[in-house]
Amino acid sequence: MQEPAITEELIASHGLKPGEYALILEIIGREPTFTELGIFSAMWNEHCSYKSSKKWLRTLPTKGPQVICGPGENAGVVDIGDGQAVVFKMESHNHPSYIEPYQGAATGVGGILRDVFTMGARPIAAMNALSFGRMDHPKTRSLVAGVVAGIGGYGNAFGVPTVGGEVRFHSAYDGNCLVNAFAAGLADADKIFYSAASGVGMPVVYLGAKTGRDGVGGATMASAEFDETIEEKRPTVQVGDPFTEKRLMEACLELMQTGAVISIQDMGAAGLTCSAVEMGDKGDLGIRLDLDLVPVRETAMTAYEMMLSESQERMLMVLRPEKEAEAKAVFDKWDLDFAIVGETIAEDRFIILHGGEVKADLPLKALSGNAPEYDRPWEPTPAPAPMDDVPTIDPIDGLKALIGSPNYAEKAWVYEQYDSTVMADSVRTPGWGAGIVRVHGTDKALAFTSDVTPRYVRANPEAGGAQAVAEAYRNLTAVGALPLATTDNMNFGNPEKPEIMGQFVGAIKGIGAACIALDMPIVSGNVSLYNETDGQPILPTPTIGAVGLISSVEDVIGRAVRDGLVALLVGETTGHLGQSALLAEVFHREDGDAPAVDLQAEKAAGDFIRAKHALIAACTDLGDGGLALAAFELAEGSGVGVHIDSGETPFLFGEDQARYLIAADFDSAEALVLAASAAGVPIATVGKFGGDTVKYGGSEASLAELSALYRGAFAGALA
Amino acid sequence: MRAGVVTFPGSNADRDLAESFRKAGADVTMVWHKDTELPAGLDIVGVPGGFSFGDYLRCGAIAAQSPIIRAVKDFADKGGHVLGVCNGFQVLTETGLLPGALLRNAGLHFVCRTVGLKVATSSSVFTQGYNAGDEIMIPIAHHDGNYFADEATLKRLQDEDRIAFTYTANPNGSMNDIAGILSENRRVLGLMPHPERASESAHGGTDGAAMFRVLAEMLATA
Repeated sequence: MQEPAITEELIASHGLKPGEYALILEIIGREPTFTELGIFSAMWNEHCSYKSSKKWLRTLPTKGPQVICGPGENAGVVDIGDGQAVVFKMESHNHPSYIEPYQGAATGVGGILRDVFTMGARPIAAMNALSFGRMDHPKTRSLVAGVVAGIGGYGNAFGVPTVGGEVRFHSAYDGNCLVNAFAAGLADADKIFYSAASGVGMPVVYLGAKTGRDGVGGATMASAEFDETIEEKRPTVQVGDPFTEKRLMEACLELMQTGAVISIQDMGAAGLTCSAVEMGDKGDLGIRLDLDLVPVRETAMTAYEMMLSESQERMLMVLRPEKEAEAKAVFDKWDLDFAIVGETIAEDRFIILHGGEVKADLPLKALSGNAPEYDRPWEPTPAPAPMDDVPTIDPIDGLKALIGSPNYAEKAWVYEQYDSTVMADSVRTPGWGAGIVRVHGTDKALAFTSDVTPRYVRANPEAGGAQAVAEAYRNLTAVGALPLATTDNMNFGNPEKPEIMGQFVGAIKGIGAACIALDMPIVSGNVSLYNETDGQPILPTPTIGAVGLISSVEDVIGRAVRDGLVALLVGETTGHLGQSALLAEVFHREDGDAPAVDLQAEKAAGDFIRAKHALIAACTDLGDGGLALAAFELAEGSGVGVHIDSGETPFLFGEDQARYLIAADFDSAEALVLAASAAGVPIATVGKFGGDTVKYGGSEASLAELSALYRGAFAGALA
Repeated sequence: MRAGVVTFPGSNADRDLAESFRKAGADVTMVWHKDTELPAGLDIVGVPGGFSFGDYLRCGAIAAQSPIIRAVKDFADKGGHVLGVCNGFQVLTETGLLPGALLRNAGLHFVCRTVGLKVATSSSVFTQGYNAGDEIMIPIAHHDGNYFADEATLKRLQDEDRIAFTYTANPNGSMNDIAGILSENRRVLGLMPHPERASESAHGGTDGAAMFRVLAEMLATA
């Protein structure tokens, strides 16, 4: 086949800026071939190179005694004691999910699961954080249906329990939905597998599914803004097959047991190119690949297509040559392709052979090491204007507005489409704050949560970034878990706009400070930029996924309340209504500042809850919707009523941070009040659980009526 | 009791089923789908949940043609006990060991929730640990659990007391609220709910444990 000539248009269509192309010429000292241009574009796009974000990501705290492996590998690795480790990461699949919701979301789940089992860990929990446009936007309902079905279709078949997540709706996501998928796996701490190749002349082995033309250029697509040509981009979305992924996982884990694996890297974004370069780069080796040996499912594929294909369920490994027969037997058992497609070489070269020709011959180190890095100009987000007065509202009317909105309604419609009980270790399934999974064969448990309040981040990126981490900390604490570490999935608009870059920088500062103060280092993450359509950006959405440890399943703090339990509010309430759910849902206003985050207060309240868990019958963190929503959710979950003494709008709907709602019997409540005073943690009795009504101050409604609204609103909005 | 649990390439509840047997005291052997024979001396074979062959073609259809299933059929024909859970139930209907079929859920969505089941008969080794009429809570997680059979079959199942469990609130459109059925000799049970996911307190419910406990007692190896 005649390869296209390298023209300015061709370079631009690969997402490479003129300066970046000049850098390529400088590195290789000649014009690149078509295949080489494709390889550069795959390695240097925003999605793979983090060129706009790297400078700031480096400032995040990534270390701690609990961290076995921080960012830079396929997933982060954290010590959970007894020689075991939890391996986790969160990653976005935003652009593909908007173009093709089912497959986009499904392959997002597939990709994150692969990241986890590539490290030698068996996935044990999944979550997903979804942001959609407003419900009455013409695309939203089909996106919700497709994304949810895709997540379920892949995760359910693979066999990992989905134990948590978030779903939000806001007009800023009308043209760009967000699909952030989280997965965590369990491994022996001394049996973690990394991507760095070692040894010269070692076989590079291709495993898993065959290579097709799907997803060619996917990572480059995911690094661009959307416009009216979006429909034409559907062929860049990959197609997932969870059945192959399941077999690939079993085969990889089995192979790892044999001692045959020197290094391993999954083929995700930019497929063969990215995985091979990663292995060579980390191991200070070159790689030679012979594409004639790559298993393909389509005829007449070019080197360019094979190097850029994002066909799913594929792996690259460097194997110990003496174990080749043993390794092949494992893959034959699982009916998967196994092909030696190249070898490691001593020189710093990335050589691609196809049809007897050299299609690419590039300095391998420079492909990743010399990738452009930008210090993008940024403008600090201006301080929000003072908030207008908030009218007083009947508290039950306010509650109804919240629980009748798809943002705060019960989301069984979503999470019942996910298998949350497979693996028979799920202790707390979705719909109840943090998800909890027992560590198989032990009494320990891991808690998982995913949090961010994008309105806060837009108003005040630094406070909003810190708040996302603080809320994750609280959600883990509320189930009795000690927060261990964090993964961040940074979803923002176009970083070439200083105001967007300013949001990013602010959020990173807030996240970093909170992760330090709360001892939750960042161990993995992902950045998704250019989430804009026709120049309209999404709300800045730095999703925080966090993992906590519970030393015994017996120590899990419950959610069940019963008649007569006292409602205690932990933390200080000032009645902060800026950027609150009440403003947004009732008054359709998004003004004011984000709530302030006092990290020392967060830590003190969290330590208090964990120390006194035995006295607590039920606990929930206070977030969006404040005390009004939290008290209702806790009561409704057990089918009992609740009576909060105050009917004041700021008290009930304010979103001050570092707060929890606790249910305790009378004696325990007394003990908690004493202990809190001793610890310097504010605490107050605010009401009690019982009866069959929800009563805030003098306003009251039957629990049955509110429950019907809460449980019917989401499906009703979709219908 | 000696139990064998079949693993298809896409099984994902094989470990959980095996562990429920083990916790009840059984000696469990995992059986690979490409094997042509079951280990000697088994008292029961478990066909687990999951997506045996990716649910391609039809749930359980490809698994029903696998080498090990021929051996499972022979085992059942000779009076062996077989327990099919979820995808295992689908496989058993595809093989003809149990009548009827499992169609796509009436709501067209995958459904995962803990549901109420009524024990419709205690007259089988699987349900002897319960009283007929008992209500138990067991999780379901399936896309194709909508039980269908023709009128004559339904009547026969009813008349022969072969309906093992019914849903108290039908989650998937199953005819006569059927959640699980027995074979003519009452030694094969297929059910969509997952008793192995409600067999210890950490699961938030233990209503499934009685099935495994009584199986282990009744099928105790001499």
